[in-house]
Amino acid sequence: MNSATADNPIDHVVEVNEVCLDFHTKDGVVSALSDIDLNIKAGEFVSFIGPSGCGKTTLMRVLADLEKPTSGSVLVNGTSPEEARKNRAYGYVFQAPALLPWRTVQDNVLLPLEIMGYDKHRQQKLAHEYLQLVNLSGFENKYPWQLSGGMQQRVSIARALSVEPQLLFMDEPFGALDEITRDHLNDQLLRLWQQTQKTVVFVTHSIPEAVFLSSRIVVMSPRPGRIIDIIDSDLPVDRTLDIRESPEFLAIAHRVRAGLAAGHSYDD
Amino acid sequence: MTTKAPYTAPRKPSTMLAVLTVVMAIIVVWYAGAIHLNSPQIIDRYEKKELDWSFTQLAVDSWNMKRAVLPSPHQVLVELKKTIIDKKVTSKRSLVYHASVTLSSTLLGFVLGAGLGIAFAVGIVYVQTLDKSLMPWIITSQTIPILALAPMIIVVFGALGITGVLPKSLISMYLCFFPVTVGMVKGLRSPQPMLVDLLNTYSASKWQVFWRLRLPSAVPFLFASLKVAIALSLVGAIVAELPTGGQAGLGSRLLSGSYYGQTNLIWAALIVAAVVSASLVSLVGVVERKVCLRLAGGQEVSHEH
Repeated sequence: MNSATADNPIDHVVEVNEVCLDFHTKDGVVSALSDIDLNIKAGEFVSFIGPSGCGKTTLMRVLADLEKPTSGSVLVNGTSPEEARKNRAYGYVFQAPALLPWRTVQDNVLLPLEIMGYDKHRQQKLAHEYLQLVNLSGFENKYPWQLSGGMQQRVSIARALSVEPQLLFMDEPFGALDEITRDHLNDQLLRLWQQTQKTVVFVTHSIPEAVFLSSRIVVMSPRPGRIIDIIDSDLPVDRTLDIRESPEFLAIAHRVRAGLAAGHSYDD
Repeated sequence: MTTKAPYTAPRKPSTMLAVLTVVMAIIVVWYAGAIHLNSPQIIDRYEKKELDWSFTQLAVDSWNMKRAVLPSPHQVLVELKKTIIDKKVTSKRSLVYHASVTLSSTLLGFVLGAGLGIAFAVGIVYVQTLDKSLMPWIITSQTIPILALAPMIIVVFGALGITGVLPKSLISMYLCFFPVTVGMVKGLRSPQPMLVDLLNTYSASKWQVFWRLRLPSAVPFLFASLKVAIALSLVGAIVAELPTGGQAGLGSRLLSGSYYGQTNLIWAALIVAAVVSASLVSLVGVVERKVCLRLAGGQEVSHEH
């Protein structure tokens, strides 16, 4: 990075300016996102946290061009989200593993590589490498139904990583998992982020998860979906799960909780 | 029947026993029906000859009546033996020959119909104009009684000098594309939105989405409609043979049976048609099980989608 100032726009992987998004439903117009301003720099780990219906997933879908904003501008890698999607600039991990049941673990990881036209040799190499990274070597020829939920989600993470995107969108990837598995995968994800220097945008409704993983936490509130607070976290890079007992961790968690409470999200 | 039950389930009565029970019941009802339908004529005959008769006598005579209103099962069996085993398969009186004529147009019609059905479905799913414009016509087409349409098709094609398998299989095609279209449209639209989004994040082309996601997702739907389609295809082939006036095929045997009051022949042809139809449906079922097992990841990997 050769940025002169900390906020040089060239460093911004994601730039969101005054974005609003309304859904037109039978019961009228629902404002899913209202006046969102957000910049994300390269190498950041940014979490969107908030209660259900606060628009955190919608915001990420806007960044990934799976949803079009009603107004405002969005830039991903300096281009429109659509162009970024067409340039295959990001990997996306969904709430559910979203594996194709008729493909083996290996073939599921190969799916994006096939679609993006990587040569056969490279496909095999990348699939092998990223299955190893998520500790699934030896499961290549299993089918999704033969794996546990946590393993399936790891396959979907390997699949997203296999095309080596510099930007990773993760939509509550561990939301459906038990706490022990979730802790383990949080730890693995943090190592991965540290090793690869990727930019990660992460949606969650778990405060400990957000605080543990993120370098910045975006607190959101519903009706209309808006940003309440943006919290910088300065926890040490080489943190482990033990840090969750530390005062620094608890202080940040407290501020997140306060932000969520300020959103009045539980009153109505 | 599950073959890989994790525990030994309490023994159920075997399928064989169940089937045999139903067959027995049908035969009993059939014999009773034969008495009911044939006895008025028999009694007439007794009265003309002023004979004394007992019920046993009446039953035996109605079960062995020539040109019976309802021939009894053993008469049909004899007819089946005469027309299947005793005749050479090339003989015009062999039901094997006639069944093979019907079968060939059934299969051609099925292939054409399934192809047309899939093509329509792909068009409807991928082209919005076709979704709006084609579906009403497809539904309308099925409201025209095939019995009204079949003779016209045969006559028109006959006038053009086209006879034989092709016009007949067009009628089969007409009947069997419909369930394939309906099932396939549903199948191609069946993938979860999340999977469609996933392929969108890869910026996959329409054809990549089709081959890698929509088509494999549609397979179970496709097979369900293929089973309906192949049975309909046989019906279409038989209906198509009726207006040809007794050239060849099970339909023409049905027709000549009714011209000459040979009810044995009608029933024998019906039974052959039913057996052919059931075999075709279960053949599709066998292929379905193989393909779906593979799609469900229950077997070794080697698939090209």
